[in-house]
Amino acid sequence: MNSTYLENMTARLASSEKLDGWNRPPVIETDGEGELLELAMGPHHPSTHGVFRMDLALDGERVVRLKPVFGYLHRNHEQLAQNQTYLASMPYTDRLDYICSLTNNWAYALAVEKLVGQEVPERAEYLRVILAELTRVQNHASTIGFLLQEMGASGTPLMYAFREREKILDLFESLTGSRMMCNYMRFGGCRVDASEAWLNGARKVVADLPQFVDEFERFLMTNEILMARCQGVGVLKPELAVNAGISGPMLRASGVNYDIRKVDHYGIYDRFKFRVPLGDHGDIYDRYMIRMLEIRESISILEQALKELPGGPVMDPKAKIRNFRPKAGETYGRIEAPKGELGFYLISDGGPNPYRYRVRPPSLINLTVLEDMALGANVADVVLIFGSVDIVLGEVDR
Amino acid sequence: MKTVEEIKAGILAAVPGASVTVVPNGSPSAQHSLLIGAEHATAIATFLRDDEELALDFLSNVTGVDWLDKEIAEKVKVTRQVEKPVEGGEPGQVRLVEETVEETRKHVQLGYLEAVYHLYSVAKKHGPVVLRMRTVNRTDKAELPSLTPVWRSAEFQEREVFDLFGIVFNGHPDLRRILMWDGFKDFPMRRDYVEPDDFDYEPTPHDEVLKRAQEHKAKAAAEEAKA
Repeated sequence: MNSTYLENMTARLASSEKLDGWNRPPVIETDGEGELLELAMGPHHPSTHGVFRMDLALDGERVVRLKPVFGYLHRNHEQLAQNQTYLASMPYTDRLDYICSLTNNWAYALAVEKLVGQEVPERAEYLRVILAELTRVQNHASTIGFLLQEMGASGTPLMYAFREREKILDLFESLTGSRMMCNYMRFGGCRVDASEAWLNGARKVVADLPQFVDEFERFLMTNEILMARCQGVGVLKPELAVNAGISGPMLRASGVNYDIRKVDHYGIYDRFKFRVPLGDHGDIYDRYMIRMLEIRESISILEQALKELPGGPVMDPKAKIRNFRPKAGETYGRIEAPKGELGFYLISDGGPNPYRYRVRPPSLINLTVLEDMALGANVADVVLIFGSVDIVLGEVDR
Repeated sequence: MKTVEEIKAGILAAVPGASVTVVPNGSPSAQHSLLIGAEHATAIATFLRDDEELALDFLSNVTGVDWLDKEIAEKVKVTRQVEKPVEGGEPGQVRLVEETVEETRKHVQLGYLEAVYHLYSVAKKHGPVVLRMRTVNRTDKAELPSLTPVWRSAEFQEREVFDLFGIVFNGHPDLRRILMWDGFKDFPMRRDYVEPDDFDYEPTPHDEVLKRAQEHKAKAAAEEAKA
């Protein structure tokens, strides 16, 4: 049925009238002289952070059209998860956004816990917050490092960022056994407890972080080249950002006060004092600055959590592990991942496998406005605009 | 935050003639959803976005769900007349007796594809409100109106639902495959999807892969002989 069905469909699509009034990208006027140059940027391009393609149409140096092309890493993650038990998908979530595996774990655990009404012990909640905020710090640090690398600051800033990231990855490794594919959280708690020695190590890393942030800021934030390349480039208006479902640091850089940690109070985030940094202009510089400020807020959360961490079990002893069959129903659970709103939508039909398992990928949805931001900019700026979105292709393509 | 019943009443007041049904959810999360009819979907979506109290301006998640044709067995009591031999009568003499029997009747409930939308409000900081739309069937009438004109965030997500489930979103500005390649023919997230048997098998297959490789080779050899 499918081949003729698809052909009919394509014919119908061509004839269907286009609805007006939607937030479409603006049409860029060209002077009409000469031809447009069509350029495929990627899939193998050093600035695309993986295999991703942008089909550009250029009028001289100016971008007049941009179509993103995805799917090079598509492995039907959702189908894989629907063919195995709930717990068996936990290690696969590490591979979505492989920079931040712990927040992926948390989002999935949170969705399943909501589906079955599972409680999480106090100590596990604290450990989750500590690990999620460490993940946020290392994600933002490496994003900024990559952005500067793409601006032409070859090597040095990225090495500074990666030096810090490496310390945090060492912590992950000693707790979970893996630097990046942590597979640490379970439905109803965490897999292993953190020892006192590990906590002291974490305290030491956190105590050193402010110095790194200060140094990084001093070197780069008032750099003339950086300001010239970033300020006023790739502006995203707040109305469009909300309408297009943009989330995370990108939404807040446009001045929209929406942080899921503050809105949903998931986990125990209502116990910590932290501020939500907001941008004024929504340009690359704001998106860059927001991440710097978020690192500072994360450090403050980490200090509070490491100070207040209570004793007790890290796994609910009543949590059902064997023969885990949630009763029929559905749920949508979401968290504030470093890249934006990471959500899991699960439908259970009472069986051992999810009937429907869906990942709401922040990286993919944040790319919706890539064309809007890049139109009218120079080709060299497209690289920066794209870098400031902060995506990981493992999550875009799933 | 209003309950689903209150939202339903609001929609019915604002969009006359709209069909809205509350779909209850058995999980402890109790995220009940609203099943809306396709013909008024755009009007309902615009109302939900622009209503001052609801202000659901943030469409977070769009996804598809495939529900297969379901065979439903029902037990029905049937009364019918049965011929029975008359006791003590002549051979061959019968009389009609009424008897009640239980019979299982099967009928097929037609499957459908479903699009699910999760809405939040950035302005009021509440949510989620879950909207669902269902297609008539899974084959030739798998169509729904697109909500991209109302929420731009549906642009890529509806493309993905089209790509993986095969729901056609009428009015979508740029409905193409997004994750699979353009020449691809099937919809890989459907429950009855069968993997194509067109890849190179490894040189030393074993177990299940061996069985499949042998079947594949036999099929390929038969085709070659035919040609």
